[in-house]
Amino acid sequence: MSDAFKKGLEGLDQGPRPSEAADDGAPPPAGDLPEHPSVEALRGEFGESVLRHQVTAGDEHVVYVPAERNVEILGWLRDAPEHRYDFLQDLTAVDHGGGRAIQVVYQLWSIPNKLNLRVKCELPLDALEIESVFHLWRAADWLEREVFDMFGVVFHGHPDLRRILMPYNYAEGHPLRKDFPLRGRFSRAEQTRRALSMKTEDHYSPQELDIAHALGQPLPDVMVEGGPGVPNQGEMPGIGIGAG
Amino acid sequence: MALKRLIYNVTRNPELAPGGALVHAPIVPVQGESYEVHEDIAGEHMLINIGPQHPATHGVLRLVLELDGETVVRCIPHIGYLHSSFEKLGEYRDWNQIVPLTDRMDYLAPLIYNCAYAMAVEKLMGVTVTERCKVVRVILMEMDRIFSHLLWLGTTAIDLGAFTVFLYTFQQREKIYDLHERLTGARITTSSTRIGGMMADLPAGWIEQLEEFMTNFIPVVDEVETLLTNNAIWVGRTQGVGDISAEDAVNWGLSGPNLRASGVTYDIRKDRPYYDYETYDFDVPIGEHGDIYDRYLCRMEEMRQSVRILRQAIDRLPGGPINVDDPRVILPPKTAAMNDMESMIHHFKVVMEGVRAPVGESWFSVESSKGELGMYVVSDGGSKPVRWRVRGPSFINIAALPHMIEGALLSDVIAVNASLDIVLGEIDR
Repeated sequence: MSDAFKKGLEGLDQGPRPSEAADDGAPPPAGDLPEHPSVEALRGEFGESVLRHQVTAGDEHVVYVPAERNVEILGWLRDAPEHRYDFLQDLTAVDHGGGRAIQVVYQLWSIPNKLNLRVKCELPLDALEIESVFHLWRAADWLEREVFDMFGVVFHGHPDLRRILMPYNYAEGHPLRKDFPLRGRFSRAEQTRRALSMKTEDHYSPQELDIAHALGQPLPDVMVEGGPGVPNQGEMPGIGIGAG
Repeated sequence: MALKRLIYNVTRNPELAPGGALVHAPIVPVQGESYEVHEDIAGEHMLINIGPQHPATHGVLRLVLELDGETVVRCIPHIGYLHSSFEKLGEYRDWNQIVPLTDRMDYLAPLIYNCAYAMAVEKLMGVTVTERCKVVRVILMEMDRIFSHLLWLGTTAIDLGAFTVFLYTFQQREKIYDLHERLTGARITTSSTRIGGMMADLPAGWIEQLEEFMTNFIPVVDEVETLLTNNAIWVGRTQGVGDISAEDAVNWGLSGPNLRASGVTYDIRKDRPYYDYETYDFDVPIGEHGDIYDRYLCRMEEMRQSVRILRQAIDRLPGGPINVDDPRVILPPKTAAMNDMESMIHHFKVVMEGVRAPVGESWFSVESSKGELGMYVVSDGGSKPVRWRVRGPSFINIAALPHMIEGALLSDVIAVNASLDIVLGEIDR
């Protein structure tokens, strides 16, 4: 046993032995990439907009697309009959630090076709704005709010973009950014003072419900009167309040 | 497009009584001779607050409800009361040190989270675990699926007024707590996996204890079914309540039993099998109405199917080592580290510097008891992740709550919220 570990000690700095060929981050030559039907189709449909295609961890296909065409490309992936990525598994962001662009990551799954695809958009730190995909997948509602909260990425067209995990009056920035210190920006005393001085009635104000309106965001159609989500009270059986 | 005005306290309305004194809610008259119905009351909405400290919110969830009479017009959930910044903390810890953070997310099925995290990192590192480890992890994950569904069953029943079920299910959960404790030393915070294997192999007699649990458990499921499945109150409060169509459920990103109750056949164990799930013989229950009752039936059947998987896994449990034979990931045995200088240095380096992962990223999702649990890890070649992301099933399931309860009654809010099987530790992370 100890012989094996002596050998292990020598190789410790290189990390674990990968079962397959090690991927050092550089994309392998294009000819060696495993085929992915949707990536080929994307190339055919959008041409130069497929900036990069990469395979990680053996079988995960990542496609980089320009941020300004995200809704167009994702909408096509969702609706094209031979792809049908109808399930938004995840929407998140990655900050690699060092002033590099923040990546917005869309993890897609197609329930009918059993296909996985990851789509990434890169946003430079001075322009953290991207179009919302709320209208493609409602699952993006809270996920985009979380990315906004944690990374400060603004999703245009999101109906209710406000902080979700941190308090609304949180003033220290966006915690998952690499330039955010682990313990926060304020001193512990200041953090405590702010927590204690929060007014509970702020949490019960009617303005809270109107917050999307107050922020100047358009309301989602489910909140607009007569929209598809809110039942029209006249149509609901058994509820006659206000009818007199 | 104007939002409706809101008023909190109808009983303090000065129109109701002189001086705005507290009065009872007006009784609608039969013929309307002696009473007068105030029109401003009839059209007004009331804002009520549930939580964050409320037993029926299963944690610290806060729901702000706009009510028209007893009908929910709007529901705004507020989360974040339990936010512990696990994902940020993970960026300051090496790969193995993150394992304890994972079970604090979903303390109702901690082993599933331990395993899912280890799988994602092993995929990133290209490490293939041993056959025994695979089967052991399948056993642990299916055991915790039962563990989590039992809690769901007991608490949902108690939310709807059926107290007895709670006693039955928690008695059985206690048995799984014992199994956790014997395996890992902890009842909830198991921290059982390591990159490349497990903290420890199964202790002697553990499998027998698990078999004994399964033998006693199936009759309990049958008994609970006799209490609930045809119970008029249960049926009345769950059928047709909180229903969501298959199309909507997919679009809202629901997963797990909540999605399958709507009739969508999406189970990661079948669609993207990991750990040889394709070789196990089990069925995935699918509902058709997408209401609370179908979610209940799906979970009941999933518990039986988990027992089926457990029995097959126990039959095929191979011998051999539990950890991979790769000294760069796994610590040397304690005796070697104490007796041999090289092993001691090796032990020191693995503990102090951590295991390194190659540059890259990996996404791995497993079918947790609550739905699709995805772990996304990004590495820059160091011993700490650049990003560790958890796709929590509860987080996305609860986001669909307003969609399900808007238009329903106030009493259904409790039922629908319970039926989603959320755990706030994972929603808030």
